[in-house]
Amino acid sequence: MSILSESHNPGGHSVTEAARNRHFGPMYSRNVRAVIARGLMATKSSNWMVMLSGFFEPVLYLISMGVGLGAIVGAVHGPGGQEISYAAYIAPALLAVSAMNGAVYDSTWNVFFKMNFAKLYQGMLYTSLGPLDVAMGEIFLALLRGLLYATGFTAVMGVMGLITTPWAILMIPASVLIAFGFASFGMGITSFMKTFQQMDWINFVMLPMFLFSATFYPLSVYPQSIQWLIQAMPLWHGVELLRQISVGIFTPATAIHIGYYLVMIVLGVMLTAGRLRKLFLK
Amino acid sequence: MQYVITAENLTKTYGDVTAVDGISFSVPAGEAFGLLGPNGAGKSTTMKMIGGVSQRTSGSLSIMGLDPESHGPEVRAHLGVVPQQDNLDEELRVRDNLLVYGRYFGLPMSYLRPKADELLEFAQLTDKAKSKVDALSGGMKRRLTIARSLINEPRILLLDEPTTGLDPQARHILWDRLFRLKEQGVTLILTTHYMDEAEQLCDRLIVVDKGRIMAEGSPASLIREYSTREVLELRFGSERNATIGAELEGIGERLETLPDRVLIYAHDGEAALEQVSARGLRPVTSLVRRSSLEDVFLRLTGRSLVD
Repeated sequence: MSILSESHNPGGHSVTEAARNRHFGPMYSRNVRAVIARGLMATKSSNWMVMLSGFFEPVLYLISMGVGLGAIVGAVHGPGGQEISYAAYIAPALLAVSAMNGAVYDSTWNVFFKMNFAKLYQGMLYTSLGPLDVAMGEIFLALLRGLLYATGFTAVMGVMGLITTPWAILMIPASVLIAFGFASFGMGITSFMKTFQQMDWINFVMLPMFLFSATFYPLSVYPQSIQWLIQAMPLWHGVELLRQISVGIFTPATAIHIGYYLVMIVLGVMLTAGRLRKLFLK
Repeated sequence: MQYVITAENLTKTYGDVTAVDGISFSVPAGEAFGLLGPNGAGKSTTMKMIGGVSQRTSGSLSIMGLDPESHGPEVRAHLGVVPQQDNLDEELRVRDNLLVYGRYFGLPMSYLRPKADELLEFAQLTDKAKSKVDALSGGMKRRLTIARSLINEPRILLLDEPTTGLDPQARHILWDRLFRLKEQGVTLILTTHYMDEAEQLCDRLIVVDKGRIMAEGSPASLIREYSTREVLELRFGSERNATIGAELEGIGERLETLPDRVLIYAHDGEAALEQVSARGLRPVTSLVRRSSLEDVFLRLTGRSLVD
């Protein structure tokens, strides 16, 4: 048998020998790219439908709410007080929501499924990969997907005539920032989840955040105390950030929105890193 | 002697449940070492701790001189793992499963491409190279999992019930492959609840029950120590089996009453059968066979291995 061709050389090939002689810590083997390469290969062969549905969801919302509902609503006031169409008002908000949904799905349900049912990580973690390689690879893939969606959605906005300033192109990196914030936290939270019932709590938090974070109407409709509550939530900062960028009007609040996500990313990565053993090594 | 694996007082508890209860063993390089025991004995948990994917509660463990808990990626570079349930990457095609798995070890494609083809041939899956994984039969998936575990030319191969669910022919093919790997100096660590598998493959084994080691030795020495040369199996029908014991008293060295049959342990099984007939007892069926590890297990724990 050909497997025995190396029987004269019991030590094996020099490359496998070299791979054995590298030194790593307990959690990380500097091989995130192998996890990323696997994800790209898997997407190429099977995930097209999922990818497409993730792209169309915000587009369908934009058409039905923006164009349909927008016909009744008429023009509204944008971030700078100028009049803009209702579709142009909600489009950046929908982009923020889609960045959130994609990142949360990838870092919670997807990780939970691959962990407990597909046993994908179980296989990965019996190799030289450490939990940190897997976590970073998966977060990177989630962000890459977010980048593609954001680019596609921004293009749709352009085609629908909802973009009036070159600044709007910055919505794409800003969406990735939003996705990063949610993805880093989502994976940490998933490490506490053991059953499907617990996973449902994630949706229980996400849906109200989607509906009430000034997505479809301004924050000013709420009484003051509710406004504070909404402003403490991450999605509101994402909605406001993208809405400002979409019309190219920046205020000190812009820096607060960005800062909110930077802090969220740092805390989320710390949470996930701290929970890696619990997440992957039972 | 140079040990590739040394475990001392290895313990793992999940909440109130103690899965592994202070077991100690050492495995020298090149040995085929078996963990034999019923489901839930702690075999798989021990395997997971060796691979560094499960954290031990207490005790010490050293693989190739390294602690898998603090050097997981380094330890696993030496290991090939065949888990109890196939965890192939269903989103990738057959050959890609091997290539991608090799990348996880940081191995270059220039090495992996010819190696993957070699392993596909080894697993008799060359014509399935471009198939999807879920189109493979159970036996094919198992062979692919084993081929995958060899991608990094491991020094130690961990096999968790490698032939469970395979038909007899596939099992024999697999045993042959494992035997050849052993000849090349690969250390095999094998869990099983099949006696014949343990007898065929293992130089030495530990019998585990409820997380503890019940006995340790080569298959032949365990049989010598804990059983007689032959066993007479008698079936009197389920009603009679329970009550016949008293009437068989004194025949052979030891008597074991199971729900479906009575076992008489004797040096000479035929002679024991003659004594049974001489007492006027007429079993429905009778069988004289060699003692096996199953009998060792029965003796040590009072129950059979596969419940």
